[in-house]
Amino acid sequence: MAAPMNSAWERLRHGHTLPILTILAALAIVWYLGAIWLNSQRVIDGYEADDELKNKWTTGDLIRDTLSMERPVLPAPDQVVVELDHSVLEVAPTSNRSLLYHAWVTLSAALVGFALGSLLGIALAIAIVHVATLERALLPWVIASQTIPILAIAPMIIVVLGSIGLVGLLPKAFISAYLCFFPVTIGMVKGLTSPEPLQLDLIRTYSASRGQIFRKLRWPASFPFLFPSLKIAVALAVVGAIVGELPTGAAAGLGARLLAGSYYGQTVQIWSALVLASLLAALSVGAVGWVERLTLRHTGGEG
Amino acid sequence: MTSRARDIVLTATLVAGLAAPFLPAGSAVAWRPLDLGLWLAALAAGAVAAFVDRGDESAAILALAGTVLGAVALYRVLDSGARGAAALGLWLGAVVLAVLAWRAMNLFALIGRNRGGAALNLAAPILLGVWTIYLWQLVVVGLEIPRVLLPPPSDIAAAMVASARDLALDFIQTFVRAMIPGYVIGCGAGFIVGVLVDRSPFLQRGLLPLGNLVSALPIVAVAPIMVMWFGFDWPSKAAVVVIMTFFPMLVSTIAGLAALPRMELDLMRTYAASYAQTLWLARFQAAMPFIFNALKINSTLALIGAIVAEFFGTPVVGMGFRISTEVGRMNIAMVWATIVVAAVAGSASYGALALVERSVTFWHPSLRKVAG
Repeated sequence: MAAPMNSAWERLRHGHTLPILTILAALAIVWYLGAIWLNSQRVIDGYEADDELKNKWTTGDLIRDTLSMERPVLPAPDQVVVELDHSVLEVAPTSNRSLLYHAWVTLSAALVGFALGSLLGIALAIAIVHVATLERALLPWVIASQTIPILAIAPMIIVVLGSIGLVGLLPKAFISAYLCFFPVTIGMVKGLTSPEPLQLDLIRTYSASRGQIFRKLRWPASFPFLFPSLKIAVALAVVGAIVGELPTGAAAGLGARLLAGSYYGQTVQIWSALVLASLLAALSVGAVGWVERLTLRHTGGEG
Repeated sequence: MTSRARDIVLTATLVAGLAAPFLPAGSAVAWRPLDLGLWLAALAAGAVAAFVDRGDESAAILALAGTVLGAVALYRVLDSGARGAAALGLWLGAVVLAVLAWRAMNLFALIGRNRGGAALNLAAPILLGVWTIYLWQLVVVGLEIPRVLLPPPSDIAAAMVASARDLALDFIQTFVRAMIPGYVIGCGAGFIVGVLVDRSPFLQRGLLPLGNLVSALPIVAVAPIMVMWFGFDWPSKAAVVVIMTFFPMLVSTIAGLAALPRMELDLMRTYAASYAQTLWLARFQAAMPFIFNALKINSTLALIGAIVAEFFGTPVVGMGFRISTEVGRMNIAMVWATIVVAAVAGSASYGALALVERSVTFWHPSLRKVAG
């Protein structure tokens, strides 16, 4: 018989928490070591140029200074956290020095694009499922378009829409929508065609109309396919909004922060924008996952 | 659509087609005898295709021939002086052609579904693609849409021919120098780490959720950091590609190695197979569908990574560089030309991987031919 203490330990060892924490800790150590290694050359050069410090510095000095440089090659994790804390919590969220403000600019474009693209994707999937010719002629193109680096047209969309007077949130949202659209279409076509022939035959014996078949069978059956596609789509929407901010040197948004940081060599700024962008993507995917669980529980699926 | 409704639409279309040449096509434009002849021939072919269906290819081919003849006639009229001044007659003609093209697609799709065959299956999508390009050309020329908004396909083709050398150099810089090494290193490292991690269930449980999380993150955004570390030239782009391709491959390898059913594993043990033998003879084979899936996803991701990384700084060559500078110069036709190259490169590498996958995982249920 295992003691209670022992079983708690066993649970921890066989669950996901401990392995994930171990790997995160290992990553943090590698990050610190990497920061020391990558930054040391510049710090040593600084020591050598300084007559007072020349040949007098210790390893302790080196480690301390490599982890607190103003423009390090690789900033230490705590520097990024301090910068995030400073630019998220200490500055008013409305000021353009606040990272929250930039995150909101990016997120709002991503969400508008996500909504537009998903609706369009679902509508196209419904058309493809109901019109046989479209399925034969259009679906291969939708699938082939997955293999094309569509993100590459982002600068063109921004500039072309800008030249007809559309600036700000909408052009970025179009790029996000464009990226969202394809995975949603493909997932929904799979989902809407997922009912078995047996189920379709049964509902036909009830003399259901095409509209009723759609509402009562195809639509609910598509949910297990819809939500994984939506998760991919929302992650892509964030990428689309960030890349949409690159070409025109947009004044606000996480993409603009990345670009400004790379122009002025502000590595800490780049890293904090990167961390916040990752948080945004993870939170958006998490939010879709939450809606998925609610919906599946509501429709009686495994939730 | 019921067959009665279809007949009404087709009849109305033919009547509209007869009326089109008598409506104004544009300022000072008349249909010349040759155009008119081509147009009437197109309508005749369409009429036969519309109402005579013997259940073989003949009707589909007739509809296709009608569409092509009509398209030539309409474009000749447009080209003879209606540029930018196209009027009702031309647009009516375009609608008639659209119905004809739809009828051809419909017929090809029907035959393809009944009989199968690669050529027949490709006919409908190719027709749709060509028709879209034609309509794009017709609308852009007919309405004289400014070139900076949307260049006609003919301009894009001309730009591709005129700047073939630049496009080839860009392709070599971005695809051959940056993407391929990054792709090979990223996929290779993901695979090797996946195989190593497979021996430790502890690490597996930790890496799998983290890898899935990282796959959803906007990794492209590390591009500015890589440009700082590895400089403006291709190594920084390759580094972005390595990071983008590593995690999908890692996650797929771990999942793939776990895919071999218990029974097969037990069988290998009864043969007293060593770890390496089990890995090589059984588990790699079972993992191949997962690994090819990652290879295919990664081929698109890698091209995106290589192109977007160039937006953050590059020498004066490369597809991302070309796109961002030509956009700045409002030379949109050249941008489209680069996008065409990227699209062809992307789908060609995907297609090549799919072909290799077919020969490696021929045993997989999704590739087996249905008997009979």
